[in-house]
Amino acid sequence: MTMEAAAEAEIKAPRRADAGPWGWARVNLFSGIGSSIMTVIFFFAAFILLPPLVEWAIIKATWSAPDIRECRANGGACWAFIAEKHRLMLFGLYPYAEQWRPMIVVVLFIILIGLSCSRRFWNLSLIPIWLVGVVSISILMWGGIFGLTFVENEKWGGLPLTLILAVFGMVFAFPLAIVLALGRRSRLPAIRMLCVGYIELIRGVPLISLLFMASVMFPLFLPEGANIDKLLRAQIAIIMFAAAYLAEVIRGGLQSLPKGQFEGADSLGLSYWQKTGFIVLPQALRIVIPPLVNTLIGMFKDTSLVVIIGLFDLMNATKASFVDPLWRGASIEAYLFVSLIYFAFCYFMSKYSQNIESRLSQSNKR
Amino acid sequence: MAISAGPAKPPARKFSWNDPAVRGLFYQALAIGAVVFIIWYLASNTVANLNARSIATGFAFMNRESGFAIGENLISYGPADTYLRALVVGLLNTLRVAVAGILLATILGTLIGIARLSGNFFIAKAASIYVEVLRNLPLLLQLFFWYAVISETMPGPREALKPLPGFFLSNRGFKFPLPVDNVAWDFAAIGLLLAIIAVFVVRAWAKKRRDATGQQFPTGWTALALIVGLPLLGWIIGGAPTAMDVPAMRGFNFVGGGTLSPEFAALLIGLVTYTAAFIAEIVRSGILAVSKGQTEAAEAVGLSKAQTLRMIVLPQALRVIVPPMTSQYLNITKNSSLAVAIGYPDLVSIANTTINQTGQAIEGVAIIMGVYLTISLSIAAFMNWYNKRIALVER
Repeated sequence: MTMEAAAEAEIKAPRRADAGPWGWARVNLFSGIGSSIMTVIFFFAAFILLPPLVEWAIIKATWSAPDIRECRANGGACWAFIAEKHRLMLFGLYPYAEQWRPMIVVVLFIILIGLSCSRRFWNLSLIPIWLVGVVSISILMWGGIFGLTFVENEKWGGLPLTLILAVFGMVFAFPLAIVLALGRRSRLPAIRMLCVGYIELIRGVPLISLLFMASVMFPLFLPEGANIDKLLRAQIAIIMFAAAYLAEVIRGGLQSLPKGQFEGADSLGLSYWQKTGFIVLPQALRIVIPPLVNTLIGMFKDTSLVVIIGLFDLMNATKASFVDPLWRGASIEAYLFVSLIYFAFCYFMSKYSQNIESRLSQSNKR
Repeated sequence: MAISAGPAKPPARKFSWNDPAVRGLFYQALAIGAVVFIIWYLASNTVANLNARSIATGFAFMNRESGFAIGENLISYGPADTYLRALVVGLLNTLRVAVAGILLATILGTLIGIARLSGNFFIAKAASIYVEVLRNLPLLLQLFFWYAVISETMPGPREALKPLPGFFLSNRGFKFPLPVDNVAWDFAAIGLLLAIIAVFVVRAWAKKRRDATGQQFPTGWTALALIVGLPLLGWIIGGAPTAMDVPAMRGFNFVGGGTLSPEFAALLIGLVTYTAAFIAEIVRSGILAVSKGQTEAAEAVGLSKAQTLRMIVLPQALRVIVPPMTSQYLNITKNSSLAVAIGYPDLVSIANTTINQTGQAIEGVAIIMGVYLTISLSIAAFMNWYNKRIALVER
């Protein structure tokens, strides 16, 4: 018996088909006629496209120059433009000497988002953390106390403005979205109808139309003499927009809860608000974290639309950067630079959401 | 005496705050009251403000002369036409880019979705890099980028590229020859319309016959013959004209022929490449959702590869694909409103000009919202109908 077992153990596993570089290439690149043709086409396309791209972006690129003409004389990309204008793109018209303040704000935002992503902070401690964060961000941006010079919010711009619009948009839309989602599943017909009407109305129109409404109609809505500034109006439009989309995401979570949870809470004699607060929402919100993060990504990208009503967010500050006659025509370089920033934020969030999703599905499997 | 005549009436429900029905009514009344109050408050402020600025409300301005020109119009339009007509031109431009975008994004997205599942390492990797990059950048940024690429890398009209005789590629857009107006082209269009109707009739008849007798009918080939044949027939009946209106350089710009403007091209490329990244993910998950056993079973009962794809895999994959696809189609339509940022005259752009010229902000925003709501609800209704048709009928 033992001899046989030992002999069996001696038998090696069959050699894998994709062992070694040649085996790997045979399986992954040349597994059939179609695949081989594809590989050849791919290499051919790379051979045609890559050299000019590398030549433009690196070999003939200019890294420092007084103006665009020198760059164009070299024939490649004009990275000197980025070196010259990156602070305008990142911080907009914020006073040059004070730009360390929005810089710290960006870092604070990253810390706040990072903390909120960590499971250790998924409890009530997030509320004071965010309160402190919001207060320090406001102090840094506005100034006026602690010896900081006052900067009115018409001068805010660039990445901090984008982050403010997206993150505060989500944070303030969230409670509204919970109310809307609960209202949409309410037994009371009038409340249900109001919520459905709001959600479908907002989801049926483009964000631009809401921003237009904010910029041209909100001033008419207010009593004579009262006025709210452009930034706040855009922020309200974004909150209204985000709330409708978040409400649908949260409704998905509410619907995916098994009926037994609701019935169990009822049988314990919990009131509607106890049931919702202690049983339903904690579970429903946990399920929808990945789609919530995806909505945040969408919101972050969509804040760029405030260009159309003339706010100086990251996108608009970038457009403003190549208006300078010395640097006219450097738009492609500018767009590539700003793409990197948008991509870094969105890619991190989407990877995080995938990570959470796989962890949540693991814990559900048990 | 106390237990006298008839069954006892149930005691009349006493008013009580502990009665859920009473509280429900109260909450609903409260909610409606709050909403009505907010609307009344905003409306009264608005009326007061409009009076103070002496702006007349109402849609009377729609019949006034617009006084602005529009670069691209599917129907004839000039500055002497009304605002209403200008808005219709804008709506048609929106629909043009939305329809073209939906068709192209579906094709490109499906190809990329399939490429992501390819066994070929480089093809799968390239497709997944495409999806990651395009999904994680704002659409507006991509539109600006494409617009900059087109307007900065293309030569001026005098040095226009000529990929084919009669075709010109420059920073004024893509110019191509158009057939000269002739009644034969109307005949061809009628032929196409008849062919589409005929295809539906033939399909219904073939299905009925198959269900009754089990005989197959080559519906696909018949449809192809009809779609190509009938318009061709119409064109020949009309006298088979071949005269073309070829664009030519006059002064500083081209005259004649058809145009794809740089704005339209940038908007279309941006919308298609962006949405295709999302559609690719939808298609991929749809295909992955069909289990391998289905394909094997289809092979076991002797269906051909094409039949397996058409009758077994696609219907099941579509069930997963259609609902998220609907929201992508809606997104293309709504995102086409970003046209205003690069100067393509879509509905929003023209409504914006109208608001600036007339000061009719409320009416302008109401028109934009009304039109998009109508489009969104119609697409949603159509896709819901289609979804119901292909949905699995369970019990």
